[in-house]
Amino acid sequence: MKYGFETALLAVGAFFALLGAAFAHDNLFQSHMWVLFFVLLGSTVVMLRRVSFAPYPVPGGYGNKAGANPYFDDVIKYGVIATVFWGVVGFLVGVVVALQLAFPDLNIEPWLNFGRMRPLHTSAVIFAFGGNALIATSFYVVQRTSRARLFGGNLGWFVFWGYQLFIVMAATGYLLGITQGREYAEPEWYVDLWLTVVWVAYLVAFLGTILKRKEPHIYVANWFFLSFIVTVAMLHIVNNLAVPVSFLGVKSYSAFSGVQDALTQWWYGHNAVGFFLTAGFLGMMYYFVPKQVNRPVYSYRLSIIHFWALIFLYIWAGPHHLHYTALPDWAQTLGMVFSIMLWMPSWGGMINGLMTLSGAWDKIRTDPIVRMMVMAIAFYGMATFEGPMMSIRAVNSLSHYTDWTIGHVHSGALGWNGLITFGAIYFLVPKLWNRERLYSIRMVNWHFWLATLGIVVYAAVMWVAGIQQGLMWREYDGQGFLVYSFAETVAAMIPYYVLRAIGGGLFLAGALIMAFNVTMTILGYQRDEAPIPGVVPALQPAE
Amino acid sequence: METYTAMRHFADSWGLLAMTIFFVGVVLFTFRPGARKAAENAAEIPLKED
Repeated sequence: MKYGFETALLAVGAFFALLGAAFAHDNLFQSHMWVLFFVLLGSTVVMLRRVSFAPYPVPGGYGNKAGANPYFDDVIKYGVIATVFWGVVGFLVGVVVALQLAFPDLNIEPWLNFGRMRPLHTSAVIFAFGGNALIATSFYVVQRTSRARLFGGNLGWFVFWGYQLFIVMAATGYLLGITQGREYAEPEWYVDLWLTVVWVAYLVAFLGTILKRKEPHIYVANWFFLSFIVTVAMLHIVNNLAVPVSFLGVKSYSAFSGVQDALTQWWYGHNAVGFFLTAGFLGMMYYFVPKQVNRPVYSYRLSIIHFWALIFLYIWAGPHHLHYTALPDWAQTLGMVFSIMLWMPSWGGMINGLMTLSGAWDKIRTDPIVRMMVMAIAFYGMATFEGPMMSIRAVNSLSHYTDWTIGHVHSGALGWNGLITFGAIYFLVPKLWNRERLYSIRMVNWHFWLATLGIVVYAAVMWVAGIQQGLMWREYDGQGFLVYSFAETVAAMIPYYVLRAIGGGLFLAGALIMAFNVTMTILGYQRDEAPIPGVVPALQPAE
Repeated sequence: METYTAMRHFADSWGLLAMTIFFVGVVLFTFRPGARKAAENAAEIPLKED
């Protein structure tokens, strides 16, 4: 019987969610358990329709057919679709919150106000879009470079669907108003526990595949992916150590207090950037850039040093989020110094990625996917230059709490994480669905320009806004009084906030084009279009 | 507080030394004789199939 056990588990889970709703200690927990109940009930119904009473197939039987795919790719297909879907959702929510800042009337109380929509946006883009991209690409890369099928059979399915359940519970929790108030870690204790289970399964599937590899060497992309999985597990567990008030209620209290709590939070927060958004996506870069340009990485030994230097330095950089706070000076200085040292591995990695194109630079002109990847690496270099600069205490005194920080985060997230993921998706979709090529290469070009223009507008506007904000906040008159009230500095931001929404809108438009292009490719269509000039050398007619 | 002080002293003495030695060891190992050939082979892994 296929999927009988899984279906039964889902039904039992739905029953427990119902019990949770019945005996809840507070209204929020009750609402959240109703959400969980309907999600699990719906999943049970879907699964029941799939249960087949035929004898259970021989393990690996699907792969044993002659010429069949030796790799577990179905879960990667789902992951790619989920990445595109959550990407569009996350960018859309981003545009909405940008408009809410510009036009406060768009705050719809209570569920859709800015305070609840902002974590929805950050979690949707980082964990739903980025997380699905990382899970899908890491499963793809580890199988190919280990020449082994994904370890654990259906464990890959558990990781994928378990992660989607985490996303749904986190997102609905934010809109209901459930939060533990920790940046990038807003879900409460019971959702955190679920993510821990899923993440351990992810580690087992990934590490198991590496352990049973047929390739003697572990390719460097897998080192980056593995460090990302292990470190995120450690960060997630320590940062979310908390005591729930009740086992049937949402509220919990952190195990830390005061400045220790703040430092734990930013140790987590900055390493979410360092290991989730950097190390994991570097794993993508070290596989998909060589594949797309069909050349080995520029220097493999540099990539190894890049790896070790990055993981040794990043973990100490968190305190730069707490300059001029109750955190001891030595800890602030330590965070700053390690952030500045990060320049070297970051730029070493950027150079390594860019130089992989040496001898094939013409591909930037002829292949929009390569162009996208190169722009991603360029933004990686730019964001990792800007970050250490902003971690210097004197610079931070101007930039902290202003929109400059928001601009910095977005040049990294949209430019580096977004574009490298789009490049990987455009590489993966024709491969996974056995299509000769994408539905349209020219649409990739449109996506590239819309996304790049959107990021440039966004980042430039936020620089101006942030520096103006910072200067207005510290403007004193001759008697030592502040020149501007806080409300005046907010009012001055309106033109920038409108322009920011336009930049985000351009980026979203690009993502919608990608969603259409990917959908049509999966459905098997090919757009009738002129090739990109220069792809095929123009042939001289015979005299 | 004694635990904190002890851990802090351990971290900025033996802990720091151990990590520095490990890191320098990794770098030296990466540039050992014969590493270039091994690295070139490893770099070809993604291009070998499909």
